[in-house]
Amino acid sequence: MTIDGTTEVDEGGAGRTDPADLRSGLPIPGDDLARLRVRLATRANDEALVDVGHRTVDSPLGPLLVAVTERGIVRIAFERQGFDAALEELATRIGARVLEDPARTDPVARQLDEYFDGRRRAFELPVDHRLAHGFRALVQAALPDIPFGTTTSYGELARVVGRPGAARAVGTACATNPVPIVVPCHRVLRADGSAGGYAGGEAAKRLLLALERRA
Amino acid sequence: MRTPFDRAVRAHGETVLRVCRASLGATADAEDAWSETFLAALRAWPELPDDSNVEAWLVRVAQRKCIDIVRARAHVAIPVAELPERPSTIGRPGVRDLDLWDAVAALPERQRLAVSAHHLAGLTHAETAALIGGTPDAARRACADGIRTLRRRAAREDPLAEGTGHGSRGRASPRTSTGMSTTPGSRTTVNTNTKASTDTKASTSNAPAVTRAAGEGTTGTEEDAR
Repeated sequence: MTIDGTTEVDEGGAGRTDPADLRSGLPIPGDDLARLRVRLATRANDEALVDVGHRTVDSPLGPLLVAVTERGIVRIAFERQGFDAALEELATRIGARVLEDPARTDPVARQLDEYFDGRRRAFELPVDHRLAHGFRALVQAALPDIPFGTTTSYGELARVVGRPGAARAVGTACATNPVPIVVPCHRVLRADGSAGGYAGGEAAKRLLLALERRA
Repeated sequence: MRTPFDRAVRAHGETVLRVCRASLGATADAEDAWSETFLAALRAWPELPDDSNVEAWLVRVAQRKCIDIVRARAHVAIPVAELPERPSTIGRPGVRDLDLWDAVAALPERQRLAVSAHHLAGLTHAETAALIGGTPDAARRACADGIRTLRRRAAREDPLAEGTGHGSRGRASPRTSTGMSTTPGSRTTVNTNTKASTDTKASTSNAPAVTRAAGEGTTGTEEDAR
């Protein structure tokens, strides 16, 4: 039995009730809340109320935030980019009905697992390109054409998209790829063969390239 | 609102579930009320003004959903002055000893709803009355009666804790003691400290309310809180 200071209000008016006292005597198990959150996501999906479903998945590159819309995968974020910031951007740019959703993000999580295990060379996932615009979107659309296990250079990719000389802009497009790993911006290197920048850090980029060479 | 909705679920999910369980017991109905509350919130979220008090809004929605469920259960839409008292049939798996949840569940329905609405959902007595029927004064009385019963029960149940772990543990973690302070002046406190091993998880956020009681230093004594 646990009661904390449920001081009365109405006996002669001298008392004072602090709701925190009653609340502290009525604990809620965290497991119950976790279960209810999962059920909420299911029902919200059934009623098509979710703009963005997300979860975090573990990977050799550290935790990744995975976000999907009804159109497909819309965002993968590295921990160093800030998951809260990524979710806020999604809420602002796509819709504020952002909900943790293990079920809808499961296919992405499974394919990422297979990729990191060396059992998958290509992702079969619809991609929602809404976060990309203009030239960046053009470059990002060309990235999946770079085969698994191979690399190209910023300058070469600039030629492919019809803007020879725009290597620097191509670099920016790669750096702002909203769906790294699945859209393989890590396969684009500097002209001298060095890795170049990466949203997940240069070490992460090298790890991905090594993984693809091994597989 | 332009912030991610699941921040509201994380921040207020616990408070809303407390309101639902206080009103309906630890039942499937309470969980339905919780789900319905957040689904309604999710629907309304994009249109909700950015400066809204989200918690206040959520708990009011929850309290209304709970009362809808109570009415549906009873198949009676007419509010009555007092429902007959009956023993609680609500068990709580995993919790052995009698705790405040059981005491709340055993309250007569109107008292339980009034306590939940006023003390957990933060409604005024007038708002409570609008939901459960009757006058604001009647809601106030139901609420006070409920709180009084909870305090009496705390005093009555305390002897059960006799000899089951009195000592210094109650001071180490405020949450492990059970304190019930009364109106200023009496400085009477009832403490039990049998939950030291089971409730550690809940200890952090709840400390301030009980620190005072634990600090009274009456750990292990049994006194009528009144």
